[in-house]
Amino acid sequence: MRCRICGAPAAINMRQHKLALCRAHFVDWIPEQTERAIDHYKMADRGEKLLVAVSGGKDSLALWDVLHRLGYAADGVYIDLGIDEGIGYSGKSRALCESFAAARGLNLQVVSVPAVYGASIPDVAKKSMRGRRKPCSVCGLVKRHIMNRICREQGYAALATGHNLDDEAAVLLHNAMTWSGGYLVRQAPVLAATRPGLARKIKPFCRIYERETAAYALMQKIEYIYEECPYSEGSSTLYYKEILNRMEEDRPGAKLQFYLAFLQAKDQGLFAPGASGESDLHECAQCGQPTSAPGKCAFCRLWENATPPGLRPPSP
Amino acid sequence: MLRMDAQPLTTTLIHRGKRIEVRSGSTLRDAIRKAGFSPEAVLAAKDGELITDDRILLPGDEILLVAVISGG
Ligand code: SF4
Ligand SMILES: [Zn+2]
Ligand SMILES: [Zn+2]
Repeated sequence: MRCRICGAPAAINMRQHKLALCRAHFVDWIPEQTERAIDHYKMADRGEKLLVAVSGGKDSLALWDVLHRLGYAADGVYIDLGIDEGIGYSGKSRALCESFAAARGLNLQVVSVPAVYGASIPDVAKKSMRGRRKPCSVCGLVKRHIMNRICREQGYAALATGHNLDDEAAVLLHNAMTWSGGYLVRQAPVLAATRPGLARKIKPFCRIYERETAAYALMQKIEYIYEECPYSEGSSTLYYKEILNRMEEDRPGAKLQFYLAFLQAKDQGLFAPGASGESDLHECAQCGQPTSAPGKCAFCRLWENATPPGLRPPSP
Repeated sequence: MLRMDAQPLTTTLIHRGKRIEVRSGSTLRDAIRKAGFSPEAVLAAKDGELITDDRILLPGDEILLVAVISGG
């Protein structure tokens, strides 16, 4: 197979686009496509300050690389979750983010959950109802809270995450299986900052396949963490991604179409906006972030229950 | 008896450090499926460069499969 543009041997074939490209043309194609998505979904304007949530994985580092190449003023934030599990997961991924930023002269903020809040994600999860079986729900809550806070406090126009098409299609399939209206209405390439205290969130890679973000990272020689977080094993995301890939094998473009047709249907009013329940939000009595819980938000309650009094985080 | 230095008739796929021998002569895409992987969930590299999966496997080739799907 040959590159459609220059005829050199192709490095990647994207069956859903009937497009094969060589390395040189592919590493320019990805930023072009990303920029198109940013414009199409009105994610950000040039000159706006963006914050990229990096995990050390291929998607978020590839995204930071692309935004930087496109000329966006994009800083990074890494949240050290304190996950070790014998493979030094957090330590390794943090080091990869730090060396990525240093090599490009980019600005990375690191927030260490154990250092700031007094316990690692697995430890705090064990002590809470919501995370007794698996820390992922607690982990998501903590990450959302911290990113939101930094974005708002430091005046970033938006928080950019590395979610790719496979991530989005898997979440969509999961939520469609249970017709979770609240989640379906909120799933979008851009989450507007609907109220003070909530950061705007954007997903510039939402139309790019995971296979392509990985190819981009490899071709750009981005060192990323290849190991998975040990807690992701058996996750429903993996399960739905595998099912979607089986469809994709038989019908190239199936997962892209699934996602894009959903967005279109939503635009046409398939899901009633009221289903999200966002109108019930009010400010947390302790940290001020929007919450639907009465009194304090889930984040503040989590640390109250989990840490001995001496280690309680300072009230923000 | 005389021993001939015969070329191996297999190609090696390497996935997460595991070596899998497959018959040469088929396309890489077929070999990936026969080895139990989804062609949508891996990238293939030979001599450090990504290659497309329409390649015909030659005896003695070593092909690295990079898993691309993450579950976080
Ligand atoms: S797999 Fe779970 S615990 Fe690990 S980073 Fe993802 S959400 Fe957090
Ligand atoms: Zn080319
Ligand atoms: Zn709070």
